[in-house]
Amino acid sequence: MKALGLSLLFLAGAASASQDAALKAGVFDPPRTAPDFSLRGSDGAELRLSHYRGKVVILAFGFTSCTEVCPTTLATLAAAHEKLGAQRDRVQVVYVTVDPERDDPARMRKYLGGFDPTFVGGTGTDEQLAAVRRDFGITATRKTSGDSYSFSHSSYTYLIDRAGLLRALMPYGQTPDDYVHDLRILLEP
Amino acid sequence: MKLRTPALILVASCALGAAGWAGLTPIHADSREQLFEIPKGTWARRMAGDPVEILPKEIRLTLGVRDVLVLRNLDDVPQTFGPTVLMPGQSFRLPFAVASDYQFACTAHASGQMTILVEPFPATPWARLGWRVRELLKAT
Repeated sequence: MKALGLSLLFLAGAASASQDAALKAGVFDPPRTAPDFSLRGSDGAELRLSHYRGKVVILAFGFTSCTEVCPTTLATLAAAHEKLGAQRDRVQVVYVTVDPERDDPARMRKYLGGFDPTFVGGTGTDEQLAAVRRDFGITATRKTSGDSYSFSHSSYTYLIDRAGLLRALMPYGQTPDDYVHDLRILLEP
Repeated sequence: MKLRTPALILVASCALGAAGWAGLTPIHADSREQLFEIPKGTWARRMAGDPVEILPKEIRLTLGVRDVLVLRNLDDVPQTFGPTVLMPGQSFRLPFAVASDYQFACTAHASGQMTILVEPFPATPWARLGWRVRELLKAT
């Protein structure tokens, strides 16, 4: 029984390694479990990463007033999601804000709905969001300009597989087809 | 003067031959990976006040030759390495397919920024010559 378990573990690892070699994104070896978090979701419910086990999660960070990185990334993700066709229900985009002062659940819901109504946003207290950023190695630096402010923040997204493992990092600027390519690999049995 | 002329011709011929070889011979790399490792004990050294620099501020890669960035954490603690957090023993392998400048936030640098400059494949003789000269300068 123990030998069977070890064999299955080995086979799962081998499958994961061969999948990783084919990904266009940067891959982690070995992958670690994605740190879980509990935030306020844009849908009004508690947002937990672990809630999406069984789906592939694309985890992005940003803020709704972002004029450069976020609109491009979210438009790319919306296009990729659309291209997935029947598999789209097995992929969840989670967008965590770095700007809790302005990004409440209602504002995030409205903003994300402009890209894809299935996208879920997460907000919380400064401390909660700082902890999430620390766990994922995300940087966000506030920049004040007159009466307004913006953030310089990490622009990549994480790909988390159906088992909740942090498998890959997709750099900013990749195409919807690149995402579809990798998502289809991560959705393979 | 008579003795110097043949010597100069020989040196010029050798230089021309080397330049011709560098420009015309296809570029081949045993590995397309550019590896950077955090050695064991780095965290302890940093805690002791030693500003250990592992990643350069700018990394130059070349498509088709060396276009895969590999970061590996051999230390005993998690490290922010390049764009992400790496657990002890974990590595991160990022292939590049498009020539461009990639900017990553990186807390390991005072500027908070790391640039990965991915250059196109040196397809022409001049590009191959330039690539080989840069590699030679880097090695020396």
